[in-house]
Amino acid sequence: MPGKLKAKIVAGRHLPVMDRASDLTDAFVEVKFGNTTFKTDVCHKSLNPQWNSEWFKFEVDDEDLQDEPLQITVLDHDTYSANDAIGKVYIDIDPLLCTEAASVISGWFPIYDTIHGIRGEINVLVKVELFNDLNRFRQSSCGVKFFCTTSIPRCYRAAMVHGFVEELVVNEDPEYQWIDRIRTPRASNEARQRLISLMSGELQRKIGLKVLEMGGNAVVGYLQCFDLEGESGLVVRAIGTACTLDKVSSGSAPNTNTHVHPNTAPASNACNSPSKDGKEPVFGEDLPSSSGPPTPFRALPTSSSSPPPFSPSKPCSRQSSSSDTDLSLTPKTVEPKPVRCRPGIFLCPSSPTLSTDTLSLPGSGSVGCGHGLSSAPRATTPPPPSSIHSDCALLRKSVSFTEDLLLAASGMGSGGSAGKEAGPLKTLLRQHTQTALEQRGASSSGLLLNAREFPFFTLTSFPPGFLVHVGGVVSARSVKLLDRIHNPALGNTRSYKLLDWNSVTADEPETRDAWWEEIRQEIKSHAKALGCHAVVGYSESTSICEEVCILSASGTAAILNPRYMREGCLDIGSTDHRFEDPSPPSCGFCHIPYDELNMPFPAQLTYCYHCRRQKVPDVLFTTIDLPSEAAVTGKGCLIQARLCRLKKKAQGEVNATAISNLLPFMEYELHTQLMNKLKLRNMNALFGLHIQISVGENMLLGLASATGVYLTALPAPGGIQIAGKTPGDLSNEHHILTIQKRINDTIAKNKELYQINPPELTEEGLGSPIPEPRQRSRLFRSHSESSDELSELDLSHGKKDAFVLEIDDTDAVEDIHSLLTDAPPPTGFYSCNTEIMPGIYNWTSGIQMFTSVRVFRLSNANLTNQGLNKIFTDLCENLLKSFYFKLRSMIPCCLCHLNFTVAVPEEELIQVAVTAVAMTFDKDQAQEKPAEKPINKGSSENEEQLQFPLELCADVSSANTQPSSKVSGVPESTNVSSRVSSLERCSPLPEGRSRSLRSSRSFGGSSVTVVKMTPLSFLPGIRIIKYLGIINMFFIRETTSLREEGGVSGFLHSFIAEVFAMVRAHVAALGGNAVVSYSMKECVLMENPNKNQAQCLINVSGDAVICVRETDQEPTASMTNIGQTCCSANDGAT
Amino acid sequence: MAVELDVFVGNTTIMDEEVYQLWLDGYTVNDAVKVRMEGGVLDECEASADVLLSDTMDQYRTFQMCERLLHSPAKLANQLLFQIPPHRQTVLIERYYAFDDAFVREVLGKKLSKGTKKDLDDISAKTGVTLKSCRRQFDNFKRVFKVVEELKGPLVENIRQHFLLSDKLARDYAAIVFFTNNRFETGKRKLQYLTFQDFAFCAGQLINNWTVGAVDNMVEDMDVDLDKEFLQELKELKILITDKDLLDQHKSLVCTALRGKTKAFNEMEANFKNLSRGLVNIAAKLTNTKDVRDFFIDLVEKFIEPCRSDRWTAADMKLYLTHYTNSAHILDTFKHQVVWDRYMGVIKSCIFKMYHD
Repeated sequence: MPGKLKAKIVAGRHLPVMDRASDLTDAFVEVKFGNTTFKTDVCHKSLNPQWNSEWFKFEVDDEDLQDEPLQITVLDHDTYSANDAIGKVYIDIDPLLCTEAASVISGWFPIYDTIHGIRGEINVLVKVELFNDLNRFRQSSCGVKFFCTTSIPRCYRAAMVHGFVEELVVNEDPEYQWIDRIRTPRASNEARQRLISLMSGELQRKIGLKVLEMGGNAVVGYLQCFDLEGESGLVVRAIGTACTLDKVSSGSAPNTNTHVHPNTAPASNACNSPSKDGKEPVFGEDLPSSSGPPTPFRALPTSSSSPPPFSPSKPCSRQSSSSDTDLSLTPKTVEPKPVRCRPGIFLCPSSPTLSTDTLSLPGSGSVGCGHGLSSAPRATTPPPPSSIHSDCALLRKSVSFTEDLLLAASGMGSGGSAGKEAGPLKTLLRQHTQTALEQRGASSSGLLLNAREFPFFTLTSFPPGFLVHVGGVVSARSVKLLDRIHNPALGNTRSYKLLDWNSVTADEPETRDAWWEEIRQEIKSHAKALGCHAVVGYSESTSICEEVCILSASGTAAILNPRYMREGCLDIGSTDHRFEDPSPPSCGFCHIPYDELNMPFPAQLTYCYHCRRQKVPDVLFTTIDLPSEAAVTGKGCLIQARLCRLKKKAQGEVNATAISNLLPFMEYELHTQLMNKLKLRNMNALFGLHIQISVGENMLLGLASATGVYLTALPAPGGIQIAGKTPGDLSNEHHILTIQKRINDTIAKNKELYQINPPELTEEGLGSPIPEPRQRSRLFRSHSESSDELSELDLSHGKKDAFVLEIDDTDAVEDIHSLLTDAPPPTGFYSCNTEIMPGIYNWTSGIQMFTSVRVFRLSNANLTNQGLNKIFTDLCENLLKSFYFKLRSMIPCCLCHLNFTVAVPEEELIQVAVTAVAMTFDKDQAQEKPAEKPINKGSSENEEQLQFPLELCADVSSANTQPSSKVSGVPESTNVSSRVSSLERCSPLPEGRSRSLRSSRSFGGSSVTVVKMTPLSFLPGIRIIKYLGIINMFFIRETTSLREEGGVSGFLHSFIAEVFAMVRAHVAALGGNAVVSYSMKECVLMENPNKNQAQCLINVSGDAVICVRETDQEPTASMTNIGQTCCSANDGAT
Repeated sequence: MAVELDVFVGNTTIMDEEVYQLWLDGYTVNDAVKVRMEGGVLDECEASADVLLSDTMDQYRTFQMCERLLHSPAKLANQLLFQIPPHRQTVLIERYYAFDDAFVREVLGKKLSKGTKKDLDDISAKTGVTLKSCRRQFDNFKRVFKVVEELKGPLVENIRQHFLLSDKLARDYAAIVFFTNNRFETGKRKLQYLTFQDFAFCAGQLINNWTVGAVDNMVEDMDVDLDKEFLQELKELKILITDKDLLDQHKSLVCTALRGKTKAFNEMEANFKNLSRGLVNIAAKLTNTKDVRDFFIDLVEKFIEPCRSDRWTAADMKLYLTHYTNSAHILDTFKHQVVWDRYMGVIKSCIFKMYHD
């Protein structure tokens, strides 16, 4: 009995009327944990019952404590018929299992019902007494902390980063069980919610076990996802980065010498301090000397010669081979296989002068698109001199990007035969498949280093000095066919808890594991090809339509400082020399990690524009946040590439093949779009790149979002040149000239808009080490509008600096138009999809987190790809415009962490969901990057708002007095007291105490804590003092009266509001006042307007925290800020 | 091709006060969009009509969801669904309970019954207030009335506490409740010139002086009803007009005091008996519920109209009533000074308020 869980039901309020006759309710509560249930007395005839129950005690295993949620069901007692359920509350008690997190859960929880939504609230107290379990073979992992935050959490420092942890669990989806035919959808949804809650708990426990095994004590960058695979079941999977975190006592100065642990590093400022080498914290260096040194996990393969641990006899080993996929050629002797084709993309950061498309097709048919292309080859009409670089099985060979390319590609079994134009090639492709099959064996053995261990990190920002070099984006995709669960045992099992994951469902997770394993292997090999030993900013996702599933993984190849790991942990052989020569932090990460003489793809390198010592590529794509120490010119902006591709409706393998054939082309086009848009904004690097490909019945959607930046260390991007195919045609030429002029104008405008003024003069003064006469001429040319220059363009000559767009058909014209239609954000607005906007450093404390969902119905059945593209692009652009409009009162402000998710919920429907945060900043100081902390400036005009506490309180005396009377009428003492109580709120006191403080002046009940929410890992102007645990919630809402609830919009609007409310309530009950790293993982909406029905699933997660205003500011000043944002004209932002 | 679903939800509920007002005023989404476009919002922020429509729809939905909470404003403060800063909650409530004077004038003193509600479309047509807005205002009146009707203690305070309204608005509601409860007639043609604020002022006077709560706060009774005992006592005032000597004495005292101070002296002197009879008769009849209802119409017919036809100025009126009230104290045989003061104090201020064009 390693744990005792205690729960007390205090009271309810705002309950719904359950008895029409009396207009009242006879409520009682069932408290259930595991298989034990307790009941309270019935509180007759009250909508605000006071149960004040005894403490219900559950004596349970800590394993159960981790897996199970506490289930609280509120019911209406009925003497004659069955009791009616009012609603439920699930409380995840995981935060209580961690000594450092919350100690008690206490507060008002919304009572939730899948049909009626929130129906009143219930006040609950939960405590856990945990006994130490010293059993080595224990199955629980209590005490391991989980963070959604993808950086080292603010009040911790990383003593050691152990590496990648992953796990998945599978179960049958209750929604698809036979019993659904007799039970109500409501019961079914209840079951689903309960199951997922259980599975999440179990997953977390299992990951925790792995972390303990590695010697860590925390998981950072914990990313949990659901795959609703329909009839084939439900997969809950998670990845994260295992770390050993030490708590940093608040206020302790970063001092490596005096701290108990010799290797103390200031985690609190790790992410935002622009510290130089001298201050560089040393992670894990002296660990053996600290008490209880964690055993570091050897996260990295040491040599490529290690024998592949895959057993070739296993069916999945075939999948690990990196190619295959023209399905017609799949040997029929093998069991009906999941179709797979993995057009992993491999965005290598450079190749400026060669007009090269680096299609690296590592066997699996992954298309690596090089960028910095001086010409953009389109699949339809490849320009003359291109070369393909394919590194199948680490072989490197170059072929020109003509038909040969496609042959080469298809020879490797890639899905190169997409689209109409590829039709004639299909036969060729087949001829070559034999080769592909032969090569497969070779490639698999070559690739496999250590199948179990991946040097992956889900972190996106790092302590200074951690990240040494960045190679570029690596990604991989794979199309799979979902099989039914062939497990009769499962179908009959009714109790989810009875499922023994290790035996009954053994086959199932294994298959899914193998799928992911395969993808991770591929990612790893891509990283290796870029000369990198690690992948950072790593994430995984899926898109499912019927039985087809696209698995995607992406990350950024990087070299990490081995000092932060254990020695021998990283494969540092060839790149060793770089560690001896520490590069300046502001540009070091840009320096190429790969060997200049043996580059994985042809690239144009220049000496770093910042330090002049190392080579840098001309363009850099990454999935991570901009390192805080990076030198940036001007501001950044959101760059999106959007793409729709129609596909024929099909079933099973045919469908999967069609999709896998389309994927490489989509990746390629998205990449081209990104590159064009980047050039158009005169920028040279992308951060936070996230490419999502969603599959629907008759189309594929691709959305790539990233934040463009001008990195000072990288060369200035060339402009964009337009070239016509038929230079003789006069009218055409004129047309081209107009477009060219528009492009040049746009570039110039953007330069101004984003304040990109690279210090060109200083370069000349210094005398660049590499003589580059082209440099200046390029700058000149890109702004020139002279037609002579244009005609001089020699396409056959690869060494061009400007990016050439060729207008040879209508498609290209459309593309260019779409390039130019991207409207810049209105004045006063900036947007980015990274944590913070590069180039803005002086945030004020006004924030507004929001979620927006739009669904678009395509009514026209015969749409073309172009038409679809336009619709999709408009949809995204209009969404952004809507945000700008709605948040106009916050100007100047920046939309940060704009996270778009696209889906094709049904045929002819496109769904876009966005979660982001708008943050205000101080315009006056927007120019320079302050050396110290941003100074928050309060506006003096709102002095009277000083006393707005951080809480929305029910206090009548303050609520109903007019604002004017607040200024003059309220004596100073009142102001002070309300201030005190608001501070009280922020302090980690148990709820009860602060409530009593207020009770003297409040009327009609308690107050509601203001809970701030943000997708970022921090709150501007506010210091996080304690992490209370992870929030991971899953809700289903359904309705059978869609019209009455205001249609789908009304339905979803209230559901999202309810989800927010429940998240806030849980955070408040843990004693917190903010959620950081909040994200909405899943928003699946199904509607049937004809039946007046709809159903929606939402999964959200984040870290509950306690935060206080920065203490180094004068308290009144920050108060002013809060007040100011509270009463800003249109929307209070708290 | 159409946007099938479009929602935007902020952690802090976003509300545009302008849109809120349009919603309250009963504009449809499309009309609201038109008004906003004319207002020039678009020009400020480079947005299109679509954006405006989407924003308006979102806000309307939010308001509709909030409406349930606004019906019991105390809930708004401790509900969990919407995170709304306190000052914004105050604005929401205050605006929701605000009403149009034109509308309230139409229903003031009427029974807040289903029948009246059915007539709202006529009122809407007459006042130009949209039907939707009329319904909201009507329902507000009814809701406040129902809650406060049965409550003990001071009326204004009760309203303020239960509906978290500002002092001004709470007083207005108190007036409405008071008028509704006593069913004062306000709709007659002769009363048309009076504004709601005139009535509200009078109601305030009546509540503060003529109800049970007015004399003794400790009494566990309501402010809504007039003090029955007091009304009985008012009958005693009849002596002022029935006793011939007293009437003459009163007249001469008043006339002495007024002489030379006003141009309307002659009319005052001529009309004294009539006017005095009018006022005292009103007082004596107030025990009848029917006559209570006609209180204001009586005041106008018996006092204000005669004076107006004699072209008294407001100052004349003040002078006359002051002396009329004070002179009664000097009458030796008149023993009902306290009742007289309590009566005349209210009458005086009501007439001052009501004496205009």
